[in-house]
Amino acid sequence: MPLASRHLLGLEGVPKEDIQLILDTATSFREILERPIKKVPTLQGMTIVNLFFESSTRTRISFELAERRLSADVVNFSADLSSVKKGETLKDTARNIEAMKIDMVVMRHAAVGAAHFLTRVIKAIIINAGDGTHEHPTQALLDMYSIREKLGKIEGLNICIVGDISHSRVALSNIYGLKTMGANVAVCGPKTLIPREIGKLGVKIFYSVDEAIKWANVLNVLRIQLERQDRAFFPSLREYRQYFAITKERLDKSEKQITILHPGPINRDVELSAEVADSEHSLILQQVLNGVAVRMAVLYLLGTRSESK
Amino acid sequence: MKIQNRVIDEKGFERTLIRLAHEILERNKGADKLALVGIRTRGEFLAKRIGNKIREIENKEIQIGFIDITLYRDDLREKLNQPILKGTQIPFDVKDKDIILIDDVLFTGRTIRAALDELIDLGRPASIQLAVLVDRGHRELPIKADFVGKNIPTSPDEKIRVLMQEIDGEDGVVIVKEGKLL
Repeated sequence: MPLASRHLLGLEGVPKEDIQLILDTATSFREILERPIKKVPTLQGMTIVNLFFESSTRTRISFELAERRLSADVVNFSADLSSVKKGETLKDTARNIEAMKIDMVVMRHAAVGAAHFLTRVIKAIIINAGDGTHEHPTQALLDMYSIREKLGKIEGLNICIVGDISHSRVALSNIYGLKTMGANVAVCGPKTLIPREIGKLGVKIFYSVDEAIKWANVLNVLRIQLERQDRAFFPSLREYRQYFAITKERLDKSEKQITILHPGPINRDVELSAEVADSEHSLILQQVLNGVAVRMAVLYLLGTRSESK
Repeated sequence: MKIQNRVIDEKGFERTLIRLAHEILERNKGADKLALVGIRTRGEFLAKRIGNKIREIENKEIQIGFIDITLYRDDLREKLNQPILKGTQIPFDVKDKDIILIDDVLFTGRTIRAALDELIDLGRPASIQLAVLVDRGHRELPIKADFVGKNIPTSPDEKIRVLMQEIDGEDGVVIVKEGKLL
């Protein structure tokens, strides 16, 4: 069965079978990444534009590698070098690029809903690579893939997202995806960084990281996004570290083995101690590798999805 | 599914596999550099069966891998049903091996073209030979099998189905008049 939608805009409302299909398909692409020639001819002749209106290194490189490994033709566009600076609107930028006959657009944009907007103005297949504080579906998919690879399942696990929940698109996509896959999801952070209404999504809330550790099998630790915070949400980094940093001492209090994820880039010794980040229970580098495989799976499933369905 | 004609029965199936195993060993003068690669889905089970026969005959281990050619198909974006990836598993280095590529039915040759491309992306084998259970003709590419279980001349609208214990609960080859293939 092909995916229900021809775009990937977010994980909200994406059926379980579709997430399952993406994760299963990614397993096949992981094998390709181990080959001497890490490339298959599957998307030959397809042109994909990476439209990045916000800076990104990891996600853009990961998408670009995934696209190239499927033999697609890739065009990169980043806002700081472009006509956006000259005052062009998103709609015009997108229409101009589409006029050059492209098949797919991978977009990151600071505005919530930018990817949805794009589906209404151009015909290409759209993949959301992050829209403001809303969603970042491929990151959540690679997080789920990494959890499943390490622990063999997602269903029934206690997974806690720690840190700046309010400003995080990774958190929201993870919550939607993990809930769909049957995990128990919690968030943990200072009160000022947890949206008031988040309980409505069916997640537990912890304001103490020690309680979260007691409960969780997996901690997905988010970066403190100082660049997105326009006000002081906590008194100082030192204080944040004191109360919310994931350290070995804190983890050692739990009897369970806790798996650590982080979408990167890490602020070492702020949200996550260096010792934990580099430990064998941290999946951080696997997440990066799996990111390419998961993105290849998404590109493949959307790129070869038949239109008549 | 309406079976029109059963061309290979359970016993014949077994005998054909034994003969293919012997022919492969004879041509390659033993199993030292040999490795079998089955094309998924049915080629996977054929490779396992032929592998078992070779082990029995030679009393030696033989390496077996499986290949999923979906990502190398030339009709991927024309097909109505998106195929589910089953993955390629080649747990050995193909370099300098004599690879026996195994599939159930040789028809247009397009699957074999895709498999050859994928195998060569995995490394540089000493040789690649092709073994099929049934050759039904109607080639669209210049491809020929080295080992053939049975040549079955067909008309293009007929369908050949290879049945296997592992999937279908019985062994055999039938010509099907109506119904879907696979």
